[in-house]
Amino acid sequence: MNYYIRRTVQAVVTFVVGMFLTFSLYRLVPGGPVEMIMAERVQRMQQRGNTVNTQKLHEMTEQLTGINPGKPIPVAFFEWLRDIVLYQDFGESILFQDPVFDILFRGMPWSIFLSVYGLLLGFTATIAVGVFMAWHEGTKIDSGLTVFILVMRSIPYYVAAIVMLSVLAFQWGLFPTGGRAPPAATPGFNLDFMIGITRHAALPIVSQFIVGFAGGAIGMRALSVRVVGADYLRSARLRGLGTNRILSRYLTRNSILPLYTGFMMGIAGMFSSSVITERIFQYHGAGWFLLEAAVNQDYPLVMAAFVFFSGITVLGILFADLTYGLIDPRAGTGGSRESF
Amino acid sequence: MSEKTPKSDGGVTQESIFGTDEEVERRRTPPAERARRAFDLYIATPFRVAWSDWRTRIGGIGVFLYLMMGTVGVWLVPAPQINEGPYYLDPFVDWSMPLGTDNLGRGVFKTLVHSTPAMMKMALAGIVFTVGVAVLVGMIAGYKGGVIDTLLMTLTDVFITLPGLPLIIVLAAIFSPEDPFIVGTIIAIDQWPRLARMLRSQVLALREEDFVEAARSIGLSTPTIVGQELVPKVAPFVLISAAGAAVGVIFQSVALYFIGVLPFKSLNWGVMMQLAYTQGNAISAPGRAGHWLLFPLLAISGVSFALILFSQGLDRVFNPRLLARHSKTVPEDEQEDTGGL
Repeated sequence: MNYYIRRTVQAVVTFVVGMFLTFSLYRLVPGGPVEMIMAERVQRMQQRGNTVNTQKLHEMTEQLTGINPGKPIPVAFFEWLRDIVLYQDFGESILFQDPVFDILFRGMPWSIFLSVYGLLLGFTATIAVGVFMAWHEGTKIDSGLTVFILVMRSIPYYVAAIVMLSVLAFQWGLFPTGGRAPPAATPGFNLDFMIGITRHAALPIVSQFIVGFAGGAIGMRALSVRVVGADYLRSARLRGLGTNRILSRYLTRNSILPLYTGFMMGIAGMFSSSVITERIFQYHGAGWFLLEAAVNQDYPLVMAAFVFFSGITVLGILFADLTYGLIDPRAGTGGSRESF
Repeated sequence: MSEKTPKSDGGVTQESIFGTDEEVERRRTPPAERARRAFDLYIATPFRVAWSDWRTRIGGIGVFLYLMMGTVGVWLVPAPQINEGPYYLDPFVDWSMPLGTDNLGRGVFKTLVHSTPAMMKMALAGIVFTVGVAVLVGMIAGYKGGVIDTLLMTLTDVFITLPGLPLIIVLAAIFSPEDPFIVGTIIAIDQWPRLARMLRSQVLALREEDFVEAARSIGLSTPTIVGQELVPKVAPFVLISAAGAAVGVIFQSVALYFIGVLPFKSLNWGVMMQLAYTQGNAISAPGRAGHWLLFPLLAISGVSFALILFSQGLDRVFNPRLLARHSKTVPEDEQEDTGGL
C-alpha cells in the first residue's frame, strides 16, 4: 500500500478508536458521566414535584451530551460521531451554559499558539545542543553539558513555570502574572495588542521550551556521534569544506531523521504539558477550560475537550507523517517481514 | 572429559549434548563454594560494577535514601500534627521543625517524610503496569509479526497519539481515584506505549538470531521462547526504562495533585504544593509560604535526579564484559578482551 494512504488510514483509525474510547467512558462505564447527568436531572425533576418522564429525560441528556441514552449503543455512537464530525455538535457545557464547541473553539488558537512556539523552539534547541555536544565529543564541554541536561531532566516542567512566575512576574514585575492579552488593548492587528500577547505568552512558551529541550538533546547527541564517525563526513573535511557547512548540511541533516519520530511524539506530549502550563499562568486556552471543567465535574466539556485535543493531535501527527517524505526520500519503502 | 571413553565409531558413551560437563563440574564443587560463586556472580559483582561508576553510586545512594525515608523514616519521624508549631515558621530557625511549618503549624519536614510511602506506592503501581503491558504487547508483537504485530502496533499507536494528560484528566474526573495504587496505574496509561514500541524494535533484531531459530526449530512454544529466551535479553533495558517510568509517574501525579484534579484525603508532595499555592499564596508571596512549596519541589527533583542517574549508570552494570572483568570467580582466560571500556 502507498505510504501516504496507509498513514491517512491510520490517522482515521486512531481518531475513531479514540472516539470510541471516549464514548465508552462517557456512556458505558457504570456511574459514568451520562448516568450521573441523568441522575441529577431526575433529582431536579422530583424536587420540582414533576413526574419523571423517560422520553423527556433522554432528550435533555442528549441536548447536554449529544448522546441519547435511550438508543442502542452502536446507533448512539454513530449518531454522536456524525454530529461531532458534520455539525461540530459536542453538547452543552453545564458550567458555562454555552455550546461546548464555541468555548473550545475560542480557546484553541491560544493553546496552539503556545504549543507550536514551545515545540519549535524546543526542537531547535535540542538539535543545536545535541549536534554541538557530538561535535565536541569526549571534551569537557560535552561532559559538562551532559550533567547540565541530566539535572534539567530531573526538574519537572512545571517547576520552571512556578519559579519564573514567582520571580519574574510577581517579584520583579517584568511580565504579566496571568491572562492571555492586556485588557486595555483592542484585539486586532495593532502594535499594542501584539506586544501585549507576546508578553503574556512569553513565560508559558519559555517553560514549554524547557520541557522540549532537555528531553531529546542526549538522544540527538547519540545519533550525531554515530554520524560523526561516518566516512562521508571525513571526506567532506578532506575536501576542505567549512565547519559550518559540515555541521549544518552533513551532520545535522543526517542525524535529524530518526529524531523525527520523537518530534511527532512531542506533538502529542506538548498539548499534555500545555494543560498544566495554562493552569499555572491562568492562560485561558483549551487546556484551561478542560481543567476547569474537570474540577467542576462539567462532563460534556471534559469529554469534548478530550475529543478536541485528540483531533488536533491526530491532525498534527498526520501532517508530520505526510511531510516526512520530504526530508527522507526512503520513506515508505520498508520491506515486510516474515511472520511466525 | 576423563569420564568419556571414546568408541570405535568416534562417538562417546555418555550423551553430552547439553551441558553434561557442567553437571559433572557442579557435582564436584562443594555447596559452600557454589553459594560463594553465586553470590559473587549475582550480587557482589553487579554491586562492584555499580559502585565503580559515579552515576550509579550517587544515584543508588539517593534512591536508597528515599527508600529509607519511606520505610524506616515513617517509623522514626512522628506524624505531623496541627498546631505543633507556629504558623508559617521559616525553615532552619527552630531545629525541632527543621524545614519550617505550614499554615496549620504542621512541620514541613514531617509531612514530607510521611508523604513518601504514598509516592512510592504510585511509582510502584506505575512501574508494574507500564512494564507489564509494554513487555506483553511489545514482545509478542515483535516476535509474532504479521497480523498480530499490525493489530498490537495499531493499538499502541492509538495510545501514543491520544493526548496523554487530557486522557488521564478525563479518567480522573470520572473515577475520582484516591488509592495511590489506582492513581499510579491511571497515570501509567501515558507511559507504556513508548516502551512497547522500543521493546518491539529490540525483539525485531533478536528474532533473527540463531538461538531463537534453534529454539523455534526444536518446537518450543511462543510463550516459552518469549519468556525464557527473549525476556532475559531485554531485561536490562526494561529495568532502565522502569526507572524512567517511575520518574514520569511521579512528575505527572504531582502535577495533577498540584492543579487540583485528583481528590485527596491524606497528604503527599503534590497536595502540599497545591495547599501552599491555594492557601499560602506561595507563588505571589514567596516570603511567607515559599518554603512550603519549595521543599516538596526539591524532594521531587531529588528523587527524579537520583533515578535518572541510577538508570544511566545501570547500562554499565548489565554489560557482560564489564561484569566478567570485575568478577573474582570468572577465570582470566574466559574473559573476553574488554577493549577500551
